[in-house]
Amino acid sequence: MADSLLRVENLVRRFGGIAATDNLSLDVISGELHAIIGPNGAGKTTLISQLTGQLSPNSGTIHFAGQDITRLPAWRRSALGLARSFQITSLLPDFTALDNVALAAQAHDGHSFYFWGNARKEKQLRHAAQSALARVGLADRADTLVSKLSHGEQRELELAVALATKPQLLLLDEPMAGLGTTESARMVKLLQELRREVTIVLVEHDMEAVFALADRITVLVYGRVIASDVPAAIRQNEEVRRAYLGEQHAVTRHG
Amino acid sequence: MIASFNARNLVAALVIAGLLLLPLYASISGNVFVLTLFTRIVIFALAASSLNLIMGYGGMMSFGHAAYLGIGGYAVGILAHEGIGSGFIQWPVALLASALFALVIGALSLRTRGVYFIMITLAFAQMAYYVATGLAPYGGDDGLTIYKRSDFAGLINLSNRVQFYYLCLFCLFGGVYLIWRIVNSRFGLVVQGLRSNEQRMQAIGFPAKRYRLVCFVIAGTLCGLAGALLANNTDFVSPAVMYWTRSGDLMVMVILGGMGSLFGPVLGAIVYLLLEEALSQVTEYWALIMGPLLLLIVLFGRGGIMGLLGRLSRG
Repeated sequence: MADSLLRVENLVRRFGGIAATDNLSLDVISGELHAIIGPNGAGKTTLISQLTGQLSPNSGTIHFAGQDITRLPAWRRSALGLARSFQITSLLPDFTALDNVALAAQAHDGHSFYFWGNARKEKQLRHAAQSALARVGLADRADTLVSKLSHGEQRELELAVALATKPQLLLLDEPMAGLGTTESARMVKLLQELRREVTIVLVEHDMEAVFALADRITVLVYGRVIASDVPAAIRQNEEVRRAYLGEQHAVTRHG
Repeated sequence: MIASFNARNLVAALVIAGLLLLPLYASISGNVFVLTLFTRIVIFALAASSLNLIMGYGGMMSFGHAAYLGIGGYAVGILAHEGIGSGFIQWPVALLASALFALVIGALSLRTRGVYFIMITLAFAQMAYYVATGLAPYGGDDGLTIYKRSDFAGLINLSNRVQFYYLCLFCLFGGVYLIWRIVNSRFGLVVQGLRSNEQRMQAIGFPAKRYRLVCFVIAGTLCGLAGALLANNTDFVSPAVMYWTRSGDLMVMVILGGMGSLFGPVLGAIVYLLLEEALSQVTEYWALIMGPLLLLIVLFGRGGIMGLLGRLSRG
């Protein structure tokens, strides 16, 4: 097997009596775009949150680039090269788009215990931020407050922020959520470019986008992996079809 | 935007000029009282500005900020009582003690958020208050009289009204300048980012707590300086300066002037203390007028006086 960048083994996360992540194992190979799909409530966001450290699992392990990161706090994982975008846009609303990205660049340029110099005048941070913005097509919106950006622009900014941390692995939680058709198409095009540079885990509801982009697809139902394969095989998979036809009882029986 | 920027700057510039020229006015008019009053105002403006650093910029609603006024004050008072009159020893001790106190209570209280943070900082300040009331050798409940102001080896005479006023003003301007540098620095952006969205900041790689803690310590240290000044101003320090209502006063000054605006707390302190002074001469129940007045400003002037100024000049 090619070297896996991210390896999840027997991950369990319960909320009360419900196992949102149920003995889940997953491998993400370096360089691939790995999509995770599943019906609502399958535990996709719960999984992403455990991968990035916002949530800790009850048991199981997560290895990233050969290192056990199961118990590392979110900021340390970011330092190792793991970046995420949020399903529900999570930015700094009272900062400009450029500030948002520059802070991400700053986070990966040593510690920030500098109290005197004006950070907004640091050319190298501003340039890095400017180019990440240009990357996602927001160059001309640099000085706009995030709260004044459209939803679509905020989604793109999420991506620029993640890119500015120079990640090895990009975890994208429904980057297309709430986007119109043209905006979605732009996002797909953008992801198509990005996948050449960075390994991507993509959680997405938009099946058209997923099948167009993914090298491999993992299907989650009730916190379990019911299939993990190349898109063509997933398309043929009976169990996956059942899950998406809404016959949930059939799926639970199998799990 | 440009216009509002100018209106605020104009008011700030006028206030700075007024504060600088005040001793001149006092000597011409022979009104000594105004100088005494404004010395006190300037000291509280420094304390409020330091609170603004954590509350306005850092989003940390500390309800125990007056504790540092007491700690800085007691450091000066106790050392003076023990015969150590040199300001070169008293003041660094005051700053260091405040920083240490901030470090300890910050490390403990920054584990919590929101209302819990407010309550725990309040609780720590009240503990400091009760410790001070228990300091029997240093006056306990009655407080401690300071018979001689800090001595700076002839460099500056704190017993001279005008010199002392200018020292306080220098500390205020220095403090505000420092805060200005900090909030625009890398560190300051991180702290403000944490106020805006902590989850996002952690996701891009910032360890939230240590930045908040350092900010908390800087604010506490600055307020400790205000405490040292205050003790010298009143020649007296008592547990009352640490009482929770004092912390409340500081919060009101910040909110009144404009949270998260550089010069807001200075305006807030001036307006609050002048109102208190004026109203208390009219009636003994001055708080009855002050309360609703503050309520109006907070309700209709979101962003405090600075926010109001911004909107006024915008149209």
